[in-house]
Amino acid sequence: MNFQLTKEQEFVRKMVREFAVNEVEPIAADIDQNNEFPMENVKKMGKLGMMGVPFPQEWDGAGGDHIAYAITVEELSRVCASTGVICSAHTSLCSWPIFTYGTEEQKEKYLRKLNKGEYIGAFGLTEPNAGTDSAGQQTRAEDKGDHWLLNGAKVFITNGGQSDVYVVMAMTDKSKGNRGISAFIVEKDFPGFSIGKKEDKMGIRASSTTELIFQDCIVPKENLLGNVGDGFKVAMSTLDGGRIGIASQALGIAQGALDVTVEYMKARKQFGKSLSKFQALQFEIAEMKTRIEASRLLIYKAADMKDKHLQYGPNAAMAKLYAAETAMYVTTKAVQFHGGYGYTKDYPVERMMRDAKITEIYEGTSEVQKMVIAADVFKK
Amino acid sequence: MKIIVCAKQVPDTNEIKINPKTGTLIRDGVPSILNHDDANALEEALKIKDMYPDTHITVVTMGPPQAKDMLIECLAMGADEVVLASDRALGGSDTWATSNAVSAAIQKIGEFDIIFAGRQAIDGDTAQVGPQIAEKLGLPQVTYVQEFKIAPDKKTITVKRALEDGYEVIELKTPCMLTAIKELNTPRYMTVSGIYNACKVDIPTWGAKDLGVDPDKEVGLEASPTNVFRSFTPAPKGKGTIIEGDGEKELAQKLLINLKSKHVI
Repeated sequence: MNFQLTKEQEFVRKMVREFAVNEVEPIAADIDQNNEFPMENVKKMGKLGMMGVPFPQEWDGAGGDHIAYAITVEELSRVCASTGVICSAHTSLCSWPIFTYGTEEQKEKYLRKLNKGEYIGAFGLTEPNAGTDSAGQQTRAEDKGDHWLLNGAKVFITNGGQSDVYVVMAMTDKSKGNRGISAFIVEKDFPGFSIGKKEDKMGIRASSTTELIFQDCIVPKENLLGNVGDGFKVAMSTLDGGRIGIASQALGIAQGALDVTVEYMKARKQFGKSLSKFQALQFEIAEMKTRIEASRLLIYKAADMKDKHLQYGPNAAMAKLYAAETAMYVTTKAVQFHGGYGYTKDYPVERMMRDAKITEIYEGTSEVQKMVIAADVFKK
Repeated sequence: MKIIVCAKQVPDTNEIKINPKTGTLIRDGVPSILNHDDANALEEALKIKDMYPDTHITVVTMGPPQAKDMLIECLAMGADEVVLASDRALGGSDTWATSNAVSAAIQKIGEFDIIFAGRQAIDGDTAQVGPQIAEKLGLPQVTYVQEFKIAPDKKTITVKRALEDGYEVIELKTPCMLTAIKELNTPRYMTVSGIYNACKVDIPTWGAKDLGVDPDKEVGLEASPTNVFRSFTPAPKGKGTIIEGDGEKELAQKLLINLKSKHVI
């Protein structure tokens, strides 16, 4: 048992925080309002190694671990949850399955550029009728001998329209259910592939969420990821890791909301004293801080288990469930503590509250996390 | 090209508080950082390396063992090599003794074309160590460098030196010593891979013996000619008074009344 971060992890926090405060925070409110994907910052993050934290340097990754990756997403999300999820979806949902299931050629072609941020990555599983129930996939891939032919559509795809590479799930054999799903690497310029509707969202408005449309989309044979029929396994193991990323995003949102609220309470005076002197409010802050710290421990533990190749799925689910609920709890309180000002766009807490909500929904709703956790409890 | 950068680990003065009773800095729990001007010095060296990739940058510092953290940061930003001068015998050195130790370290490192240092450290604010090193090594020096250009021959350097009311443009030849101010550039961030590689480096630590300096005469508290007699926080000055009125006559009158009432005249 060791609760100390390593020197490397501490330095990563310092470095990402400096970047986040100098480069991300100043534009966070504007890109939220304008639905603007922060491409310039994402490219800078790529050059600094923030888009490939947990991958080996031999693949042009940063050579870090999943705790350092969690810290990266946390620190970005502390000031801008949109930037946090761009990094999370790219790393956990696109680079990771290619790193884990990809051939040497696929890694050579895609992983290097993804790790350097030269490519941005996304993941396509969810469909209009297959979200939580992923076996209901309608998108199908037909073996045409010298290529695959994809037809169907995906919805709610994070980094959609901004990505160069998409890891996409499609049915190769409907009769086999989950075992009939296969994974493919789709490039943005493949013939027959296009981007559909862009969602106008409540929060994380600077992240791009779109439909993906496949109309006789030609995918080369060598772009099958893993074996035929492995798609469900690829998707589920990818989502396990993705949950560490989203939990870290939720943690960052909560920490950011707490930090600005504490500063506000020191400065804001009512009844002749600053808000920070009222014990009823102090107790609330203590509750917020405790939940944040508990979330952090759950996340780092799941990340550490992932690095040690232990079964971490239920731990990632617990981390995401708790951190997402904490983000909602803390940001709601943060708006309340700011009073009328908190309800305006003059302060960042209303944005944080809008951003927090999605963490209870995507990459498995809180209810799905409970299914995963309970299934593990009763399996024994 | 070979470049040496002199850096110092300092307490983050943004976070520092002063004990009102003793007038001294409360250093407990205050994070240590790479001195700001020194980060500009390193950045300028790194910019040369961006242009000429065969450039080799060595960062040298004198300080306690924890100064290694600052050196890791320099490596993670892109420095090739770092050296820590650290020894009980070096403790308590003033600027004269510090420049003796750092000059000795630079001579031990060997050949170089440029030494970059920050203008001054935010804890001592003396701006003396850089110029003293130049004097001791017999190098031409330019302080307060706000712009830097190097000719393709890598021998001729043109710098803009900030003055209070303007600037000087100075051309000089390598080897030389330059001290950087914040207007020179914006220091880059560490990279994540840089951090992981830097933490693996076994940082060489040189003591007084390795440096060949005499603890009785050249370095440390005893050898330092400067003694801090007393340090204090100056009492805040009161606000000035602005006299307003119509015309010179009335203003002069009001001023005289004011001065008389205070028994100045």
